[in-house]
Amino acid sequence: MQNYSYFRDMFFSKWIESLGKYMVLLGRTFRRPENGKMYYKAFLSDLDLLGINSLGIVAVISLFVGAVVTIQTAFNLDDPLIPDYYIAIATRESIVLEFSPTIISLILAGKVGSNIASTLGSMRVSEQIDALEVMGVNPASYLIAPKIAALAFFNPILIIISMALGLVGGYLASIGGVMSAEDYIYGLTVDFNAYHITYALIKTFVFAFLIVSISAYFGFYVRGGAIEVGINATKAVVSSSVAIIVSNYMLTQVLLV
Amino acid sequence: MIEVKEIRKSFGEHEVLKGIDASFYKGKTNLIIGQSGSGKTVFLKSLVGLHEIDSGEIEYDGTALGGLNRKDRKSLRTEMGMVFQGNALFDSLTIEENVTFALSMFSEMSAAEKKDRADFCLERVNLPGVNQKFPSELSGGMQKRVAIARAISMNPNYLFCDEPNSGLDPKTAIVIDQLLQEITQEFEMTTVINTHDMNSVIEIGDHIIFIKDGKKAWQGTGEEILSTDNTEIVDFVYSSELFKKIRRKL
Repeated sequence: MQNYSYFRDMFFSKWIESLGKYMVLLGRTFRRPENGKMYYKAFLSDLDLLGINSLGIVAVISLFVGAVVTIQTAFNLDDPLIPDYYIAIATRESIVLEFSPTIISLILAGKVGSNIASTLGSMRVSEQIDALEVMGVNPASYLIAPKIAALAFFNPILIIISMALGLVGGYLASIGGVMSAEDYIYGLTVDFNAYHITYALIKTFVFAFLIVSISAYFGFYVRGGAIEVGINATKAVVSSSVAIIVSNYMLTQVLLV
Repeated sequence: MIEVKEIRKSFGEHEVLKGIDASFYKGKTNLIIGQSGSGKTVFLKSLVGLHEIDSGEIEYDGTALGGLNRKDRKSLRTEMGMVFQGNALFDSLTIEENVTFALSMFSEMSAAEKKDRADFCLERVNLPGVNQKFPSELSGGMQKRVAIARAISMNPNYLFCDEPNSGLDPKTAIVIDQLLQEITQEFEMTTVINTHDMNSVIEIGDHIIFIKDGKKAWQGTGEEILSTDNTEIVDFVYSSELFKKIRRKL
């Protein structure tokens, strides 16, 4: 019993310490930049690396998942009393409300999160972050703020593209024999609520912030060498994925209920 | 000039620096020597503010580092250059971008002026014509020279070098030593070098501090180190057979 309380206290004190360090890092990240031009250059480079480079994987996944969702919904709604266009409504709602904003963000947590954590981790162990500090540059701000800005700016665009391609995937599946194209397109427009898009984009913005800031935290504070960089990259992906799932629930509770 | 008064630094229960006093002089190559694990790197990183000291004072030409606010500390740091043990070059930037990084961040120089400055610094370290290469395309000695060029790009008043000879062959190590001594005198900098290379100590040691177990055990010049009777420094300097032979001949 004593051992249990010891480990519980250790766990909570470590968790609180980590939360404190995360908040301090965020405080340093959002300090005034030393040179707007250099930060803008870093923003453009991060936009390419973290955002535009993710287009391919997002497009492929969205297209195929959209098709699969349509086929599975049709399989489950195979009832003469339910009109075919209900399949399109269900596909639309699944993609807009959950698949594109949440599942794509989880995929990005793996792709972008591990990239950020391992890049910053390598810079830490090779003393490049110390070199920035000695030069008088705020490394947290210079290395993390442009990444947050880049993903917060591009993630909503990525998710809108994902939604569109998911629905196109559904369309391709429907004309492949699931239902008529007219019914599918009609279903996409019936009872359409534009607020669902707003809700999805708000989630996306928050997820982008969580992915970058949490992954950056794990990379920035790496101590050790290559093995620790790998361990922290894994921790970054796991932690940002958990943060996305938990915040998804909280945001849904606040924005939809 | 940099003055250090009674600085202490611990990591958890382990006290690494146990109240060190030292002075580092302008226009001279000031060396910190000691065995691996004696606290040299922690001492050097404390000097530049990468480690916050627990107590004591570090003064840069009379200005206490601990008393500075964030803005003033940043401004002081633009007067510092540092050469790291592993060079710490930004590996995704070209050599020219590495050398001009601080200039791009803090100066209003045009692209042409920055290029001129990069050319000057690279020529000064005898490494012209590598501007568009990446660090991984250069040898260890060349990377060290780029690190020195980057460190002097802002015309610093203070230059810090952490084990500048580590991983280099003896000939290249001498070239780097001589280069550091030349630029120290040429630019009138206060240079502080962390080393355990005895050749550097004898060749360029204008002022030497010997650290043992987190304390200053001895200080003097490169010439004095060979004739001192201080048992701790004698143990350190003459630990190799070569230096034992030299001592017998002295």
